[in-house]
Amino acid sequence: MSIPRRKDLLSIAPLASEEIELVLANAAHFKALFQRRVKKVPTLRGRHVLTLFYEPSTRTLSSFEIAASRLSADVTNFSVSTSSVVKGESILDTIETLEAMQVDYIIVRHSASGVASLIARHSKASVLNAGDGWHAHPTQALLDAFTLREIWPDLTGRRIVIVGDLLHSRVARSTSTIFHRLGAEVAVLGPGTLVPDTRWDWLRKFRTFDEVMQWRPDVVYLLRIQSERLGADPFFPSLGEYHRHYGVTDERFARIAAEGVYIMHPGPVNRGVELVDAVMSYDRCLINQQVENGIATRMACLHWLQPGAPPA
Amino acid sequence: MLPPAPAPHLLLDADGIEAVVARLAEAIAARHPRSWPALIGIERRGVPLAQRVAARLVALDPARGAPLLGSLDISLYRDDLAALPTVPQLRGSRIDFDVDGAQVILFDDVLYTGRTIRAALDELADFGRPARVELAVMLDRGCRELPIHADYVGLVHATAPGDYVRVRLAETDGADAATVGQKEDAR
Repeated sequence: MSIPRRKDLLSIAPLASEEIELVLANAAHFKALFQRRVKKVPTLRGRHVLTLFYEPSTRTLSSFEIAASRLSADVTNFSVSTSSVVKGESILDTIETLEAMQVDYIIVRHSASGVASLIARHSKASVLNAGDGWHAHPTQALLDAFTLREIWPDLTGRRIVIVGDLLHSRVARSTSTIFHRLGAEVAVLGPGTLVPDTRWDWLRKFRTFDEVMQWRPDVVYLLRIQSERLGADPFFPSLGEYHRHYGVTDERFARIAAEGVYIMHPGPVNRGVELVDAVMSYDRCLINQQVENGIATRMACLHWLQPGAPPA
Repeated sequence: MLPPAPAPHLLLDADGIEAVVARLAEAIAARHPRSWPALIGIERRGVPLAQRVAARLVALDPARGAPLLGSLDISLYRDDLAALPTVPQLRGSRIDFDVDGAQVILFDDVLYTGRTIRAALDELADFGRPARVELAVMLDRGCRELPIHADYVGLVHATAPGDYVRVRLAETDGADAATVGQKEDAR
Protein backbone atom coordinates (compact mmCIF):
# COMPACT_ATOMS: atom_id res chain seq x y z
CA MET A 1 0.00 0.00 0.00
CA SER A 2 1.69 3.20 -1.07
CA ILE A 3 -0.16 6.39 -0.37
CA PRO A 4 1.30 9.75 -1.43
CA ARG A 5 1.94 11.98 1.54
CA ARG A 6 -0.12 15.12 1.90
CA LYS A 7 1.11 18.53 2.86
CA ASP A 8 -1.66 19.52 5.24
CA LEU A 9 -4.30 18.08 7.53
CA LEU A 10 -7.22 20.48 7.47
CA SER A 11 -10.31 18.31 7.86
CA ILE A 12 -11.44 14.70 7.76
CA ALA A 13 -13.76 14.89 4.77
CA PRO A 14 -11.14 14.90 1.96
CA LEU A 15 -9.11 12.02 3.39
CA ALA A 16 -9.10 8.70 1.57
CA SER A 17 -10.12 5.74 3.69
CA GLU A 18 -6.66 4.22 3.15
CA GLU A 19 -5.09 7.34 4.63
CA ILE A 20 -7.28 7.17 7.72
CA GLU A 21 -6.49 3.47 8.14
CA LEU A 22 -2.76 3.99 7.75
CA VAL A 23 -2.63 6.86 10.23
CA LEU A 24 -4.65 4.87 12.78
CA ALA A 25 -2.40 1.83 12.27
CA ASN A 26 0.75 3.93 12.65
CA ALA A 27 -0.66 5.65 15.75
CA ALA A 28 -0.71 2.27 17.50
CA HIS A 29 3.03 1.96 16.90
CA PHE A 30 3.63 5.46 18.23
CA LYS A 31 1.61 4.56 21.32
CA ALA A 32 3.81 1.49 21.85
CA LEU A 33 6.80 3.85 22.17
CA PHE A 34 5.31 5.19 25.42
CA GLN A 35 6.19 1.88 27.09
CA ARG A 36 9.87 2.26 26.29
CA ARG A 37 12.45 3.71 28.62
CA VAL A 38 13.25 6.34 25.99
CA LYS A 39 9.87 7.54 24.71
CA LYS A 40 11.46 9.78 22.13
CA VAL A 41 12.43 8.90 18.55
CA PRO A 42 14.67 10.98 16.25
CA THR A 43 12.16 11.03 13.36
CA LEU A 44 11.79 14.82 13.09
CA ARG A 45 15.23 15.81 14.35
CA GLY A 46 16.19 19.18 12.94
CA ARG A 47 12.58 19.97 11.98
CA HIS A 48 10.74 22.88 13.47
CA VAL A 49 7.13 22.86 14.63
CA LEU A 50 5.39 26.13 15.34
CA THR A 51 2.18 26.30 17.32
CA LEU A 52 -0.07 29.21 16.46
CA PHE A 53 -3.08 29.29 18.76
CA TYR A 54 -5.38 32.26 18.37
CA GLU A 55 -7.78 30.67 20.87
CA PRO A 56 -6.81 29.55 24.33
CA SER A 57 -6.13 25.85 24.69
CA THR A 58 -4.18 23.87 27.19
CA ARG A 59 -4.89 20.28 26.29
CA THR A 60 -4.63 20.34 22.54
CA LEU A 61 -1.62 22.64 22.64
CA SER A 62 0.24 20.50 25.19
CA SER A 63 -0.72 17.35 23.32
CA PHE A 64 0.79 18.67 20.09
CA GLU A 65 3.87 19.96 21.94
CA ILE A 66 4.46 16.56 23.53
CA ALA A 67 3.85 14.79 20.22
CA ALA A 68 6.35 17.05 18.43
CA SER A 69 8.98 16.75 21.14
CA ARG A 70 8.67 12.94 21.26
CA LEU A 71 9.50 13.05 17.54
CA SER A 72 12.56 15.20 18.40
CA ALA A 73 11.27 18.27 16.57
CA ASP A 74 11.99 21.70 17.95
CA VAL A 75 8.80 23.39 19.09
CA THR A 76 8.13 27.09 19.29
CA ASN A 77 4.94 28.59 20.56
CA PHE A 78 4.05 31.68 18.52
CA SER A 79 2.28 33.27 21.40
CA VAL A 80 -0.56 35.14 19.80
CA SER A 81 -1.80 37.04 22.82
CA THR A 82 1.59 38.67 23.32
CA SER A 83 2.54 39.01 19.67
CA SER A 84 1.97 41.65 17.10
CA VAL A 85 -1.38 40.04 16.36
CA VAL A 86 -2.82 42.07 19.19
CA LYS A 87 -1.16 45.07 17.59
CA GLY A 88 -3.31 44.54 14.54
CA GLU A 89 -1.13 42.39 12.25
CA SER A 90 -3.27 40.57 9.70
CA ILE A 91 -3.16 36.82 9.32
CA LEU A 92 -1.50 37.14 5.91
CA ASP A 93 1.23 39.33 7.40
CA THR A 94 1.71 36.78 10.14
CA ILE A 95 2.03 34.05 7.51
CA GLU A 96 4.77 36.02 5.74
CA THR A 97 6.59 36.28 9.03
CA LEU A 98 6.26 32.53 9.58
CA GLU A 99 7.48 31.80 6.06
CA ALA A 100 10.58 33.87 6.75
CA MET A 101 11.15 31.79 9.90
CA GLN A 102 11.21 28.66 7.69
CA VAL A 103 9.33 26.40 10.05
CA ASP A 104 8.36 22.95 8.74
CA TYR A 105 5.02 22.44 10.47
CA ILE A 106 2.43 24.96 11.66
CA ILE A 107 -0.25 23.87 14.10
CA VAL A 108 -3.02 26.40 14.07
CA ARG A 109 -6.15 27.03 16.06
CA HIS A 110 -8.43 29.96 15.30
CA SER A 111 -11.97 31.00 16.13
CA ALA A 112 -12.77 31.57 12.44
CA SER A 113 -13.48 28.66 10.12
CA GLY A 114 -11.03 28.39 7.22
CA VAL A 115 -8.01 30.09 8.78
CA ALA A 116 -5.96 26.87 8.75
CA SER A 117 -6.63 26.37 5.07
CA LEU A 118 -5.79 30.03 4.36
CA ILE A 119 -2.42 29.56 6.04
CA ALA A 120 -1.90 26.24 4.23
CA ARG A 121 -2.41 27.92 0.84
CA HIS A 122 0.16 30.59 1.61
CA SER A 123 2.82 28.51 3.32
CA LYS A 124 5.24 25.81 2.27
CA ALA A 125 5.03 24.40 5.79
CA SER A 126 2.68 21.53 6.57
CA VAL A 127 -0.36 22.93 8.34
CA LEU A 128 -2.27 20.92 10.92
CA ASN A 129 -5.66 22.30 11.82
CA ALA A 130 -6.05 22.14 15.59
CA GLY A 131 -9.56 23.57 15.39
CA ASP A 132 -10.98 26.34 13.23
CA GLY A 133 -14.20 27.96 14.40
CA TRP A 134 -17.16 25.62 14.07
CA HIS A 135 -15.59 23.86 11.11
CA ALA A 136 -13.15 21.05 11.88
CA HIS A 137 -10.83 19.48 14.42
CA PRO A 138 -9.38 16.54 12.50
CA THR A 139 -6.80 15.32 15.01
CA GLN A 140 -9.54 15.07 17.65
CA ALA A 141 -11.56 12.92 15.24
CA LEU A 142 -8.58 10.68 14.51
CA LEU A 143 -7.77 10.20 18.19
CA ASP A 144 -11.43 9.45 18.95
CA ALA A 145 -11.53 6.87 16.17
CA PHE A 146 -8.24 5.40 17.40
CA THR A 147 -9.63 5.15 20.94
CA LEU A 148 -12.71 3.24 19.80
CA ARG A 149 -10.70 1.03 17.46
CA GLU A 150 -8.73 -0.12 20.51
CA ILE A 151 -12.01 -1.49 21.87
CA TRP A 152 -13.55 -2.68 18.61
CA PRO A 153 -11.19 -3.34 15.70
CA ASP A 154 -14.21 -2.90 13.42
CA LEU A 155 -16.69 -0.11 14.18
CA THR A 156 -19.25 -1.35 11.66
CA GLY A 157 -22.71 -1.21 13.19
CA ARG A 158 -21.49 0.27 16.50
CA ARG A 159 -23.88 2.93 17.76
CA ILE A 160 -22.46 6.25 18.87
CA VAL A 161 -24.53 9.18 20.06
CA ILE A 162 -23.00 12.64 20.29
CA VAL A 163 -24.65 14.79 22.94
CA GLY A 164 -24.54 18.53 23.39
CA ASP A 165 -23.95 21.73 21.48
CA LEU A 166 -23.68 20.42 17.96
CA LEU A 167 -24.11 23.80 16.33
CA HIS A 168 -20.86 25.32 17.56
CA SER A 169 -18.90 22.09 17.69
CA ARG A 170 -16.07 21.41 15.28
CA VAL A 171 -15.43 18.29 17.34
CA ALA A 172 -18.91 17.00 16.53
CA ARG A 173 -18.49 17.76 12.85
CA SER A 174 -15.13 16.01 12.47
CA THR A 175 -15.76 13.17 14.87
CA SER A 176 -19.21 12.25 13.52
CA THR A 177 -17.70 12.27 10.03
CA ILE A 178 -14.93 9.83 10.90
CA PHE A 179 -17.22 7.53 12.91
CA HIS A 180 -19.57 7.39 9.93
CA ARG A 181 -16.68 6.76 7.54
CA LEU A 182 -15.56 3.85 9.69
CA GLY A 183 -18.97 2.24 9.52
CA ALA A 184 -20.54 3.26 12.83
CA GLU A 185 -24.14 4.41 13.19
CA VAL A 186 -24.04 7.98 14.43
CA ALA A 187 -26.78 9.90 16.21
CA VAL A 188 -26.99 13.27 17.91
CA LEU A 189 -28.89 14.66 20.88
CA GLY A 190 -29.01 18.28 21.98
CA PRO A 191 -31.24 21.28 22.57
CA GLY A 192 -33.16 22.09 19.40
CA THR A 193 -31.43 25.48 19.26
CA LEU A 194 -28.03 23.74 19.17
CA VAL A 195 -28.72 20.97 16.66
CA PRO A 196 -28.14 22.32 13.16
CA ASP A 197 -29.92 21.06 10.09
CA THR A 198 -27.52 18.97 8.07
CA ARG A 199 -27.68 17.33 4.72
CA TRP A 200 -26.16 14.23 6.26
CA ASP A 201 -28.99 11.75 5.87
CA TRP A 202 -26.98 9.17 7.82
CA LEU A 203 -27.13 11.26 10.99
CA ARG A 204 -29.94 10.18 13.29
CA LYS A 205 -31.43 12.85 15.57
CA PHE A 206 -32.93 12.21 18.98
CA ARG A 207 -34.98 14.55 21.12
CA THR A 208 -34.58 13.00 24.55
CA PHE A 209 -32.05 10.98 26.47
CA ASP A 210 -34.70 8.27 26.91
CA GLU A 211 -34.94 7.84 23.15
CA VAL A 212 -31.16 7.60 23.03
CA MET A 213 -31.05 4.84 25.62
CA GLN A 214 -33.83 2.93 23.87
CA TRP A 215 -31.65 2.95 20.75
CA ARG A 216 -29.05 1.05 22.87
CA PRO A 217 -25.92 3.01 22.02
CA ASP A 218 -22.44 1.54 22.48
CA VAL A 219 -20.91 4.95 23.16
CA VAL A 220 -22.23 8.22 24.55
CA TYR A 221 -19.94 11.02 23.36
CA LEU A 222 -20.48 14.14 25.44
CA LEU A 223 -19.52 17.52 24.01
CA ARG A 224 -18.35 20.31 26.24
CA ILE A 225 -20.76 23.17 26.75
CA GLN A 226 -18.59 26.00 25.47
CA SER A 227 -19.84 28.99 27.39
CA GLU A 228 -17.38 31.17 25.47
CA ARG A 229 -19.13 30.35 22.20
CA LEU A 230 -22.65 30.69 23.45
CA GLY A 231 -22.15 34.34 24.35
CA ALA A 232 -25.24 36.10 25.58
CA ASP A 233 -27.64 34.17 23.33
CA PRO A 234 -30.18 32.10 25.29
CA PHE A 235 -29.69 28.75 23.56
CA PHE A 236 -30.97 27.00 26.67
CA PRO A 237 -32.36 28.37 29.94
CA SER A 238 -29.54 27.42 32.34
CA LEU A 239 -26.68 24.99 32.88
CA GLY A 240 -28.80 23.22 35.47
CA GLU A 241 -31.59 22.74 33.00
CA TYR A 242 -29.11 21.55 30.38
CA HIS A 243 -27.81 19.00 32.84
CA ARG A 244 -31.32 17.74 33.62
CA HIS A 245 -32.16 17.22 29.97
CA TYR A 246 -28.87 16.37 28.26
CA GLY A 247 -26.34 15.64 30.98
CA VAL A 248 -25.34 12.27 32.37
CA THR A 249 -27.19 12.56 35.69
CA ASP A 250 -26.89 10.02 38.50
CA GLU A 251 -29.96 8.16 37.23
CA ARG A 252 -28.76 8.08 33.63
CA PHE A 253 -25.29 7.06 34.75
CA ALA A 254 -26.76 4.08 36.64
CA ARG A 255 -28.40 2.91 33.42
CA ILE A 256 -25.31 3.62 31.30
CA ALA A 257 -23.11 1.64 33.70
CA ALA A 258 -25.61 -1.21 33.92
CA GLU A 259 -25.65 -1.51 30.13
CA GLY A 260 -21.87 -1.15 29.81
CA VAL A 261 -22.06 1.90 27.55
CA TYR A 262 -18.75 3.71 26.99
CA ILE A 263 -18.43 7.44 27.71
CA MET A 264 -16.23 9.83 25.76
CA HIS A 265 -15.63 13.57 26.10
CA PRO A 266 -13.05 15.75 24.33
CA GLY A 267 -12.32 17.69 27.54
CA PRO A 268 -12.14 19.76 29.53
CA VAL A 269 -15.14 18.46 31.42
CA ASN A 270 -17.69 20.70 33.12
CA ARG A 271 -18.57 18.51 36.08
CA GLY A 272 -22.21 18.79 37.01
CA VAL A 273 -23.11 19.98 33.50
CA GLU A 274 -22.22 17.31 30.90
CA LEU A 275 -21.78 14.63 33.55
CA VAL A 276 -21.77 13.94 37.27
CA ASP A 277 -18.52 13.30 39.18
CA ALA A 278 -19.05 9.56 39.44
CA VAL A 279 -18.64 9.17 35.66
CA MET A 280 -14.99 10.19 35.89
CA SER A 281 -14.10 7.03 37.80
CA TYR A 282 -16.27 4.73 35.65
CA ASP A 283 -14.12 1.98 34.10
CA ARG A 284 -15.72 2.55 30.69
CA CYS A 285 -15.09 6.28 30.77
CA LEU A 286 -12.52 6.77 27.99
CA ILE A 287 -11.58 10.39 28.70
CA ASN A 288 -8.06 9.62 29.94
CA GLN A 289 -7.43 7.20 27.08
CA GLN A 290 -8.47 9.96 24.69
CA VAL A 291 -5.76 12.18 26.17
CA GLU A 292 -3.03 9.54 25.93
CA ASN A 293 -4.13 8.51 22.46
CA GLY A 294 -4.14 12.15 21.40
CA ILE A 295 -0.37 12.27 21.70
CA ALA A 296 0.15 9.06 19.71
CA THR A 297 -2.32 10.12 17.03
CA ARG A 298 -0.72 13.55 16.66
CA MET A 299 2.69 11.93 16.34
CA ALA A 300 1.25 9.80 13.54
CA CYS A 301 -0.10 12.94 11.87
CA LEU A 302 3.22 14.80 12.03
CA HIS A 303 4.96 11.70 10.67
CA TRP A 304 2.42 11.42 7.85
CA LEU A 305 2.55 14.96 6.45
CA GLN A 306 5.29 16.19 4.17
CA PRO A 307 6.31 19.83 4.31
CA GLY A 308 6.75 21.21 0.81
CA ALA A 309 4.50 18.62 -0.83
CA PRO A 310 2.06 20.07 -3.35
CA PRO A 311 -1.07 21.38 -1.59
CA ALA A 312 -4.23 19.29 -2.13
CA MET B 1 19.52 2.01 -28.38
CA LEU B 2 20.66 0.23 -25.28
CA PRO B 3 20.74 -3.54 -25.44
CA PRO B 4 18.01 -5.15 -23.33
CA ALA B 5 19.03 -5.56 -19.72
CA PRO B 6 20.02 -9.07 -18.77
CA ALA B 7 17.57 -11.01 -16.66
CA PRO B 8 18.23 -10.86 -12.91
CA HIS B 9 20.96 -13.27 -11.98
CA LEU B 10 20.19 -15.85 -9.31
CA LEU B 11 22.66 -15.60 -6.43
CA LEU B 12 21.02 -18.05 -4.06
CA ASP B 13 18.20 -20.49 -4.59
CA ALA B 14 16.18 -21.98 -1.73
CA ASP B 15 18.90 -24.54 -0.93
CA GLY B 16 21.55 -21.83 -1.09
CA ILE B 17 19.61 -19.72 1.40
CA GLU B 18 19.24 -22.69 3.76
CA ALA B 19 22.98 -23.30 3.50
CA VAL B 20 23.65 -19.65 4.34
CA VAL B 21 21.39 -19.88 7.39
CA ALA B 22 23.27 -23.00 8.51
CA ARG B 23 26.66 -21.30 8.01
CA LEU B 24 25.57 -18.24 9.99
CA ALA B 25 24.33 -20.46 12.84
CA GLU B 26 27.55 -22.47 12.94
CA ALA B 27 29.71 -19.35 13.00
CA ILE B 28 27.61 -17.84 15.77
CA ALA B 29 27.74 -21.05 17.81
CA ALA B 30 31.53 -21.20 17.40
CA ARG B 31 31.99 -17.64 18.61
CA HIS B 32 29.49 -17.98 21.47
CA PRO B 33 30.34 -21.31 23.11
CA ARG B 34 28.63 -20.75 26.46
CA SER B 35 25.31 -18.91 26.13
CA TRP B 36 23.32 -17.71 23.16
CA PRO B 37 23.31 -14.03 22.39
CA ALA B 38 19.95 -12.35 21.81
CA LEU B 39 19.01 -12.30 18.12
CA ILE B 40 17.32 -9.13 16.87
CA GLY B 41 16.04 -9.03 13.32
CA ILE B 42 15.68 -5.79 11.39
CA GLU B 43 12.29 -5.50 9.69
CA ARG B 44 11.33 -6.95 7.39
CA ARG B 45 13.54 -9.82 6.22
CA GLY B 46 16.00 -9.67 9.06
CA VAL B 47 13.19 -10.93 11.31
CA PRO B 48 12.57 -14.31 9.64
CA LEU B 49 16.34 -14.65 9.13
CA ALA B 50 16.92 -14.30 12.89
CA GLN B 51 14.12 -16.80 13.55
CA ARG B 52 15.63 -19.35 11.19
CA VAL B 53 19.08 -18.95 12.69
CA ALA B 54 17.54 -19.32 16.17
CA ALA B 55 15.96 -22.63 15.14
CA ARG B 56 19.34 -23.82 13.79
CA LEU B 57 21.10 -22.84 17.02
CA VAL B 58 18.59 -24.86 19.04
CA ALA B 59 19.22 -27.84 16.75
CA LEU B 60 23.00 -27.45 17.18
CA ASP B 61 22.84 -27.38 20.97
CA PRO B 62 19.40 -28.20 22.39
CA ALA B 63 20.74 -28.13 25.96
CA ARG B 64 21.20 -24.38 25.78
CA GLY B 65 17.53 -23.67 25.05
CA ALA B 66 16.28 -21.09 22.59
CA PRO B 67 17.94 -17.69 22.17
CA LEU B 68 15.99 -14.53 22.96
CA LEU B 69 14.41 -13.01 19.85
CA GLY B 70 13.47 -9.46 19.03
CA SER B 71 12.72 -7.22 16.08
CA LEU B 72 13.54 -3.65 15.12
CA ASP B 73 11.53 -1.47 12.75
CA ILE B 74 14.00 1.33 12.09
CA SER B 75 11.52 3.53 10.16
CA LEU B 76 11.46 6.20 12.87
CA TYR B 77 15.27 6.29 13.00
CA ARG B 78 15.88 6.81 9.30
CA ASP B 79 17.53 10.03 8.20
CA ASP B 80 15.47 10.42 5.03
CA LEU B 81 11.82 10.76 6.14
CA ALA B 82 11.51 14.20 4.56
CA ALA B 83 12.35 12.71 1.16
CA LEU B 84 9.91 9.78 1.27
CA PRO B 85 7.07 10.38 -1.17
CA THR B 86 4.67 7.88 0.38
CA VAL B 87 3.41 7.41 3.90
CA PRO B 88 5.67 4.91 5.68
CA GLN B 89 3.73 2.02 7.14
CA LEU B 90 5.19 1.24 10.55
CA ARG B 91 5.63 -2.31 11.81
CA GLY B 92 6.85 -1.57 15.30
CA SER B 93 9.81 -2.92 17.22
CA ARG B 94 9.59 -5.72 19.73
CA ILE B 95 12.26 -6.32 22.31
CA ASP B 96 10.69 -7.96 25.33
CA PHE B 97 13.90 -8.52 27.27
CA ASP B 98 16.38 -6.32 29.06
CA VAL B 99 19.00 -5.08 26.62
CA ASP B 100 21.31 -3.70 29.32
CA GLY B 101 24.47 -5.79 29.44
CA ALA B 102 23.16 -8.25 26.82
CA GLN B 103 25.12 -9.84 23.99
CA VAL B 104 23.14 -8.95 20.87
CA ILE B 105 23.37 -9.95 17.22
CA LEU B 106 21.52 -7.81 14.70
CA PHE B 107 20.24 -9.55 11.55
CA ASP B 108 19.50 -8.09 8.15
CA ASP B 109 19.11 -9.69 4.74
CA VAL B 110 21.38 -7.41 2.69
CA LEU B 111 24.22 -5.18 3.91
CA TYR B 112 24.55 -2.25 1.49
CA THR B 113 25.22 1.38 2.47
CA GLY B 114 25.25 0.64 6.20
CA ARG B 115 22.63 3.31 6.91
CA THR B 116 20.03 0.81 8.07
CA ILE B 117 22.51 -0.65 10.54
CA ARG B 118 23.40 2.83 11.78
CA ALA B 119 19.69 3.46 12.41
CA ALA B 120 19.28 0.07 14.10
CA LEU B 121 22.20 0.78 16.44
CA ASP B 122 20.63 4.13 17.36
CA GLU B 123 17.30 2.50 18.08
CA LEU B 124 18.86 -0.34 20.05
CA ALA B 125 20.61 2.21 22.26
CA ASP B 126 17.19 3.63 23.17
CA PHE B 127 16.20 0.23 24.55
CA GLY B 128 19.31 -0.05 26.70
CA ARG B 129 23.06 -0.49 26.73
CA PRO B 130 24.09 -3.88 25.37
CA ALA B 131 27.47 -5.29 26.42
CA ARG B 132 28.26 -6.09 22.80
CA VAL B 133 26.51 -5.85 19.44
CA GLU B 134 27.43 -7.95 16.40
CA LEU B 135 25.95 -7.99 12.93
CA ALA B 136 24.91 -10.97 10.81
CA VAL B 137 23.77 -10.60 7.19
CA MET B 138 22.75 -13.02 4.51
CA LEU B 139 24.40 -11.05 1.74
CA ASP B 140 27.08 -8.35 1.73
CA ARG B 141 26.84 -6.46 -1.55
CA GLY B 142 29.44 -3.78 -0.78
CA CYS B 143 28.98 -0.06 -1.57
CA ARG B 144 29.24 1.05 2.06
CA GLU B 145 28.62 4.71 2.84
CA LEU B 146 29.40 4.38 6.54
CA PRO B 147 32.17 2.61 8.47
CA ILE B 148 30.12 -0.48 9.24
CA HIS B 149 31.01 -4.14 8.75
CA ALA B 150 29.32 -7.45 9.43
CA ASP B 151 30.66 -10.08 11.86
CA TYR B 152 28.85 -12.94 10.14
CA VAL B 153 28.30 -12.92 6.37
CA GLY B 154 26.47 -15.61 4.42
CA LEU B 155 27.67 -14.54 0.99
CA VAL B 156 29.78 -11.69 -0.36
CA HIS B 157 28.81 -10.44 -3.80
CA ALA B 158 30.26 -7.13 -4.98
CA THR B 159 27.77 -4.95 -6.85
CA ALA B 160 27.57 -1.47 -8.32
CA PRO B 161 25.50 1.18 -6.52
CA GLY B 162 22.73 1.08 -9.12
CA ASP B 163 22.35 -2.69 -9.08
CA TYR B 164 19.20 -4.15 -7.72
CA VAL B 165 19.69 -6.88 -5.12
CA ARG B 166 16.65 -8.65 -3.88
CA VAL B 167 16.28 -11.30 -1.21
CA ARG B 168 13.00 -13.13 -0.95
CA LEU B 169 12.10 -15.26 2.02
CA ALA B 170 9.16 -17.61 2.29
CA GLU B 171 7.83 -15.85 5.40
CA THR B 172 7.68 -12.44 3.74
CA ASP B 173 7.62 -13.15 0.00
CA GLY B 174 6.29 -16.67 -0.44
CA ALA B 175 9.55 -18.25 -1.60
CA ASP B 176 13.30 -18.25 -0.91
CA ALA B 177 15.67 -16.67 -3.46
CA ALA B 178 18.34 -14.00 -3.77
CA THR B 179 18.84 -12.25 -7.11
CA VAL B 180 20.91 -9.42 -8.50
CA GLY B 181 20.03 -7.39 -11.56
CA GLN B 182 21.14 -4.21 -13.20
CA LYS B 183 19.33 -0.98 -12.64
CA GLU B 184 16.91 -1.47 -15.54
CA ASP B 185 15.45 -4.50 -13.79
CA ALA B 186 14.45 -2.45 -10.78
CA ARG B 187 10.75 -2.45 -10.36
